[in-house]
Amino acid sequence: MIVKRDKLTFWEKLYVPAIWGGLKVTMRHALRKNVTMQYPEVKWAVPPGYRGAPYLVKNQEGRTKCVSCQLCEFVCPPKAIRITPPGPQGAPGAGNVEKGPQAFDINMLRCIFCGYCQEVCPEEAIFLMKDYSLTGLTRGEMVFDKEKLLKLGGVHDDRIQKWEHKAEEAAHQGVAP
Amino acid sequence: MSNMSSPVTSENKVSPAPTATGGAAVVAASTPPPDMIAIKVDGKTVFAPKTTPDPITGKPIPTTMIQACALVSVEVPHYCYHPKLPVAGNCRMCLVEFGTPAMGPDRKPVMNPDGTPKIAKSPRPAIACATPISPGMEIYTNTPGVVDMRKGVLEFLLINHPLDCPICDQAGECKLQEYSVDYGQAQSRFVEEKVHKPKRVDLGPRIVLDDERCILCSRCVRFTKDIVGDDALGFVNRGSYNTLSNYPGKPFDNNYTLNTVDICPVGALTSKDFRFQMRVWFLKETKSICTSCGTGCNIVMGAREEKIYRYEPRQNDAVNSTWMCDAGRLNYKWIGRADRLKEVMTRSLGGSAYASSWSVAIQQITAKLTAAAAGSVAIVASARQTNEELYLLARLAKKFGAITDSVPRLGIGDKLLVNADRNPNSTGARLTGIAAAPMGSNLAKIADGIRKGTVKTLIVFGEDVTKHGIGADLLAKLETLIVSDILPNATTSAAHFLLPGCAHAEKRGTFTNVKGRVQRFMKAVESPGSARPEWEILHELVFNVTGQNGFVSIEGLFNQMASDIPAFAALKWAGLGDTGVTIQI
Repeated sequence: MIVKRDKLTFWEKLYVPAIWGGLKVTMRHALRKNVTMQYPEVKWAVPPGYRGAPYLVKNQEGRTKCVSCQLCEFVCPPKAIRITPPGPQGAPGAGNVEKGPQAFDINMLRCIFCGYCQEVCPEEAIFLMKDYSLTGLTRGEMVFDKEKLLKLGGVHDDRIQKWEHKAEEAAHQGVAP
Repeated sequence: MSNMSSPVTSENKVSPAPTATGGAAVVAASTPPPDMIAIKVDGKTVFAPKTTPDPITGKPIPTTMIQACALVSVEVPHYCYHPKLPVAGNCRMCLVEFGTPAMGPDRKPVMNPDGTPKIAKSPRPAIACATPISPGMEIYTNTPGVVDMRKGVLEFLLINHPLDCPICDQAGECKLQEYSVDYGQAQSRFVEEKVHKPKRVDLGPRIVLDDERCILCSRCVRFTKDIVGDDALGFVNRGSYNTLSNYPGKPFDNNYTLNTVDICPVGALTSKDFRFQMRVWFLKETKSICTSCGTGCNIVMGAREEKIYRYEPRQNDAVNSTWMCDAGRLNYKWIGRADRLKEVMTRSLGGSAYASSWSVAIQQITAKLTAAAAGSVAIVASARQTNEELYLLARLAKKFGAITDSVPRLGIGDKLLVNADRNPNSTGARLTGIAAAPMGSNLAKIADGIRKGTVKTLIVFGEDVTKHGIGADLLAKLETLIVSDILPNATTSAAHFLLPGCAHAEKRGTFTNVKGRVQRFMKAVESPGSARPEWEILHELVFNVTGQNGFVSIEGLFNQMASDIPAFAALKWAGLGDTGVTIQI
């Protein structure tokens, strides 16, 4: 294909206006507020809704919210999550919740931070938090186990507390939960 | 507001093949055969049998709407109805609208102007599970009215349901979940406190009951009373407090309790064995056969990542209906045991064992067998091996004129499914000529032969012969002892050549049950270590020793066996299907 070039006009042939335009851009940037950060000395302010690493949370009562329903393990596109259910005896001390994960591993090298686990969780037990820079010296170190995930996740203030309410209701009706 | 489905094309639709209920739906002809009734389901003409056998007594009883709908694969949602149980009609989920031909005062059908019979729609719905069909009846399963009724029934069922799907083992195969997706509401209108009932009720050694989840369909009550004959379960209390319970002080512990977990449409009855082990949607399902007795119940193995989590019965009306016993169902844990035989081992005479490889071991065994004199070889092959493996062993035996036998395993049978013969393939062992008549009578002769020194080579497949009359002292006298097994025992530790074999879950093959039904099973998990299916090993040995080539696929091997052994004549692997073929024995 032959591209036909337009003839330059007199104004364009002068070049001075183009040079002036370039200088204007340069000056605008020279006088603007600095955007480059001195990372890692200066950390980036993570905006709300950012999808960082997924961590497990406890509620304000200190109960691990995960009940090992394994929906996140099922939905996880890179198969980063691996849950071991508690087995016939249930989770120790779980009360009327009965279930909890015996083991909960997330391979952060596999995780693609898509947020499906948080979206699918029926118990609001896993959240993508603000951590975006995960490092480790070995691959094994990058597989976060339950204790590590819970420690990093912290406490999520649960407004619904459905299991606690169920236990209260059952106790009120004289049925052992 | 009559038929909402598309009546335009449905007239010409070909109905599915005759179903297991024995009825055939034929659409092409206009008048039904004498023992059939012509009805319409959602505009589709169906010829349904007038009567179907009662699931318990077998006596002919009138065909119901739900059975007629099943003939044309129209699913009517239901909870309490089960094709193998008596009808209870208490869940009301299967309500449908229907009409019958209108009758004039002269008791003659009223006709429409176009010559078709005028249908008088019933003012009230009927439960499809308990309403018999009548000639000319029209059933509407998809009208807005029917959908509204289903929504209403479901809303009532969910009033006191705890909605604890995240911790419920039934999630993923729960009818309440499925129909909630179809007919449920996103928001509950029920604002009162839900009635709470006991959770984690210990019903018996294998069952835990969650009373809150129960929708009171009574399937379990009917199953244990009418199928098993153990009237162990019932309902107590009234209204919202209606609760499933066992008789106080009488545990629910018959040998069929776990079937109630299968038929429970919700997660009320849970298996202690499978409880909180794995979510069902992870399980890869493989069609297989239970190996715990000669009945050969058809099963589905649920496995994930080379670990078997559960057995469930699979429908085969010629063998096990839709049930299986608890003992057989729980007999799977040995497959994943840590002490499974994983490596090929060789031991020189009097020396210690060392790891070998398949190629070396097969070569050495071939050399030993080729050098063996006729009559100096004996074979003990378990009746737990497949037809194909026993057939290959029989070919080896023929070459050497070997004396062969299997080990009988007898227990106590019952009238429902458990057979006294605890070998899954005794019939196969007899038909292939491996087992003596009666089975086990040659074991003493083999022991005698070893003692006298006439038997110098013993081939053992899948049995611990030290427990069956051929003790360790006799095994020590042998020049060559070739053993293939799955788990270690006294015989495997004495073997000169130890060939690790596969459990039935790790290979394909066929078993012949006590009634002569040849049934095939599929591979669910990989074998551990270097264990190989026995038929593969035997195929190599037979080729090396006899020089006869065979088939390297299980399909070809089965077809070859069927053409060689008269009892299996005319059978083909592909023709066995999922439910097998019965042969004359």
